[in-house]
Amino acid sequence: MGISTSLVYLIGLPFAGAAILLLGGRRTDKWGHLLATALSGSSFALGAYHLIQMVNRPAEMRPTSQKLFEWISVGSFNVDAGLLLDQLSICFVLLITGVGTLIHIYSIAYMSEDRDRRRFFAYLNLFIAAMLLLVLGDSYLSLYVGWEGVGLASYLLIGFWNQKPAYATASKKAFVMNRVGDMGLSLAIMIAFATMGTVSFSGVAEQAHHTSEAALTAMGVMLLVAAAGKSAQFPLQAWLGDAMAGPTPVSALIHAATMVTAGVYLITRSNFVFDAAPIAQLLVVIVGAITLIFGALIGTAKDDIKKALAASTMSQIGYMILATGLGPIGYAFAIMHLITHGFFKAGMFLGAGSVMHGMNDEVNMRKYGALRHFMPITFITFGIGYLAILGVPPFAGFYSKDMIIESAFNSGGVQAIILGSLTLIGAAITAFYMTRVMILTFAGTKRWDEGVEPHESPWLMWLPMAVLAVGSVTSGYLLYHDKALYKWLSPLFEDHGEHEELLKPIVVSALALTMVAIGVSIAVYKYMRENVDSIAPADVSFITKFVRKDLMQDQFNEKFFMRPGQLLTKGLVKTEDVVVDGSVRAVARMAIGSGSGLRGLQNGFVRSYAALILIGALALIAAIWVVVS
Amino acid sequence: MTFTSPVLSYTLLSPMLILLGGALIGVLVEAFVSKAKRPIVQLTLALGVLTLALFQVWNIRGEQSLTPAMGSIIIDGPAVLLQGSILIISIIAILLIADTEHFTALPAALPGSEEERRAIAMGTQVTEVYPLTLFAVSGMLMFPVAGDLITLFVALEMLSLPLYLMAGLSRRRRLASQESALKYFLLGSFSSAFFLFGAAYLYGYSGSLDFAGIQASVIGGSGNDVLLLIGIAFLSIGLLFKVGAVPFHSWAPDVYQGAPTPVTAFMAAATKVAAFGAMLRIYYTVFANAQWSWSPVLTAIAVITMLLGSLVAVTQRDVKRMLAYSSIAHAGFLLTGVIALNKSGLDATIFYLFAYGITTVGAFAVVTLVRDSSGEVTDLNRWKGLGKRSPFAASTFAFFLLAFAGIPLTSGFIGKFSIFSAAYESGATGLVLVAIFSSALAAFFYIRVIVLMFFSDASEDGTGVEIPSILTRSAIVASAAITLILGVYPTPIIDFISDLATFIR
Repeated sequence: MGISTSLVYLIGLPFAGAAILLLGGRRTDKWGHLLATALSGSSFALGAYHLIQMVNRPAEMRPTSQKLFEWISVGSFNVDAGLLLDQLSICFVLLITGVGTLIHIYSIAYMSEDRDRRRFFAYLNLFIAAMLLLVLGDSYLSLYVGWEGVGLASYLLIGFWNQKPAYATASKKAFVMNRVGDMGLSLAIMIAFATMGTVSFSGVAEQAHHTSEAALTAMGVMLLVAAAGKSAQFPLQAWLGDAMAGPTPVSALIHAATMVTAGVYLITRSNFVFDAAPIAQLLVVIVGAITLIFGALIGTAKDDIKKALAASTMSQIGYMILATGLGPIGYAFAIMHLITHGFFKAGMFLGAGSVMHGMNDEVNMRKYGALRHFMPITFITFGIGYLAILGVPPFAGFYSKDMIIESAFNSGGVQAIILGSLTLIGAAITAFYMTRVMILTFAGTKRWDEGVEPHESPWLMWLPMAVLAVGSVTSGYLLYHDKALYKWLSPLFEDHGEHEELLKPIVVSALALTMVAIGVSIAVYKYMRENVDSIAPADVSFITKFVRKDLMQDQFNEKFFMRPGQLLTKGLVKTEDVVVDGSVRAVARMAIGSGSGLRGLQNGFVRSYAALILIGALALIAAIWVVVS
Repeated sequence: MTFTSPVLSYTLLSPMLILLGGALIGVLVEAFVSKAKRPIVQLTLALGVLTLALFQVWNIRGEQSLTPAMGSIIIDGPAVLLQGSILIISIIAILLIADTEHFTALPAALPGSEEERRAIAMGTQVTEVYPLTLFAVSGMLMFPVAGDLITLFVALEMLSLPLYLMAGLSRRRRLASQESALKYFLLGSFSSAFFLFGAAYLYGYSGSLDFAGIQASVIGGSGNDVLLLIGIAFLSIGLLFKVGAVPFHSWAPDVYQGAPTPVTAFMAAATKVAAFGAMLRIYYTVFANAQWSWSPVLTAIAVITMLLGSLVAVTQRDVKRMLAYSSIAHAGFLLTGVIALNKSGLDATIFYLFAYGITTVGAFAVVTLVRDSSGEVTDLNRWKGLGKRSPFAASTFAFFLLAFAGIPLTSGFIGKFSIFSAAYESGATGLVLVAIFSSALAAFFYIRVIVLMFFSDASEDGTGVEIPSILTRSAIVASAAITLILGVYPTPIIDFISDLATFIR
């Protein structure tokens, strides 16, 4: 198969980049970043070519799968390593490589001062390759390889500046919390194999009809745990804020636009499991709803611009997860919001990076202010992202977020009213904290530290921001118009017909915009009228303190998981020392004792050796004699 | 008695003939090429001849013949696989032998004499080692394909005699080296005598020296069983001596330690393949129908070999001796494949031999790198903290040790897994349990060395790590790559082996 038809090249190009840069060492310092960017770009071009090919085929012919090699073949367990490109994965391929390439370009300038720029680009390429494998694998096992790969890339990139101990700790925390999720995924794979005997998507989809609901529910819950770990959903959300220790382009690419959405992909991809397991599906909705409020609340109290954006990411992914939990009516909208979010959130993160670039790496928004005069391009692109996340028409978020709120209201029963209200409240809080970010950063008075001279970033940095801003304006309408994305994806999902409409779409939009207006007004009232302190005020209400501490998420984890975990570890270490090591030491002493005894035979004299051989020969004859008679 | 000219099929014999021809040319090179040019000429010649022979082996894969040399040689699938393995291992080993550091310039000089000091100062190495290696390799190629007892014995001596000499060629610690060569020679002759004795008994039993005739008598069951049993026992002693099975192993630690390290690498890896190859042919074809007689005895030998090898290895403080005992333990593991006596046992043993041989060459290659001013440092205490001083040497060595221990993602895991499951399939459950227990014991001392290299503080005693020459480096990298590939994606090679590996009778 040639380069145009084989799916391997999509993954192979960025992977080759990572390999060349990592193995080539310092020799590739001069041109490594350009090669990495070019390879990521070629992968995007290839993806676009595949999309065109797919569009030209009738709907049922669009998915292509390709067997690579027989991977594992042990007894009845057979896994072929294969790739699958269908309507769902192509969306991700284009998002990953498209946004990825823009962020590569941005990083050329952003990281130009860093000694280890080559290593950074190698990791970025590694991430792109792993993420593509994640979305292109045709079985849970291939997905798992990609899943671990992005986890590794994320770990390496969060701790990229690991000379600072806090950053190294942050990457470790992300890694450990991700492991909990990964365990969920591996358990889900084991359940699939134990009950259905297969781990490929097509196999599980086929078998799901004949499998007991209990098994499917167990698998669904485990998949949800996996999704929660990777996508920073309740209760595994605490790592995302600390992940902001990584360089800002990483936050934009991995911790906003792509990797953290892998959970949404996993649940959407496993639609056949969740559709047949209502309890698991309900849990998905609950997790999504909790996280969207939780993240939004955290966002209101953050002074660190990147952490505010991270909280918002958490909350927006909560929206997506909630939509996937609604079943067939929600999948397409979850993916739509995922794509539009990819544009505007990546754009805003790059904007934040640009601001930090101009402000000597200051991240505290209380030390910003009035920057719109000094960074007009950053202000405009960030502002477009802001309008998009608020859901102001005609920006992208308006279409995608409204569809989710609408679906929530249409999901039937009491559930519909609760979910609908929560999504509306979430929209209001989002409006509040995002307006706060805008005001603190770009409006008001200067609260800079001395010696800071803000300036606009070079064109290599603002160009990707501008491209993403264009996407933040147009992508929503393009995907919504004529139900384009819905029709594109619908062959993959089993839809069970029409749904009742609780509220008319126009009413939902009006409600949502009203809530947004309320949120914006409060923020303007609170932060525009009076001067903002450059140090966070201490005499605040109990609730503010509570929110500032991230709703006690770390304290909770420490008290209920870390401490007991440490106790357990200590207990285990003790047991290990006394029981396991003790017996091992005893065995070792015996082994060494008998070994030393036997060593006596090896005295260096040929005559003894020959005697030993002779004795052996006689023993052999004797033994044969015994056997025969 | 009329003399009939033999009918030879030269294509099938070509790998052996090419090597013998190369070895003879090598001898002429010693005589006619100037001293300065000899090393490079000999190295090129040896590498060329080995590669050409390997190419020929590849060409005759799939061929089967009982009579390429009037019944003295048998060419079939296992023959091709074993010859191929021996040649690949030898090519890598030659790269190590080419490093001038290891061989004396004047083997005839008395240890400690003025002459010797001058020879060391010259810094050149004796180039006779190349033709000696080629002679040994041609004997090894012939050993597993021999079709009668005389050819088998000739092949045994052909591979042994050069090795006795090569063991004594070390540049440093010449006395130990020469002592080990003499020990190896004396004990080797002793075991050869047993071997011949056994051959005589088998002739007495069957009235035939070729395998087909002996096998026919075994199947017919007409002869005197006592003669057959003594014959099997004594023939086995000769073979078990070569693979280093307990209690015929005692030469191995001393010789492994005394011989120049590249020779140890070559000897440990290639001899094992050749000797086990011959054993497989004999037990799987000639004696297959007398399994009741040898299987219990061989099982007992396998058990004590595995246990003693692993137990004594734990107490070793010298890396070369430790590897020697490890090779004894591995001989025990390989014997389980011979005892299995089924198709999967045959496949697994051939795979294990190749994988183990490659890993062994790689491990000894790393040993050649760790030196101080007076030569190689093999005292394990002085390997402490090697990981910090030389990440390349320490990490590749750790990788080879993991392969010896049979950790997944190395060839050792696939080898152990397949050989133990073959033995289990044949019903030897107890043997498999002992094998797994010894593997666990063995893992202990492999891991201990890794801990020593990476987690102990370095001792400041001038132990350095040589920057590897390009030849040594390529030997290490090639071994590591093969070990890794066989561990990660072994399917093609396993399929290749199982397609080819069927003995013809």
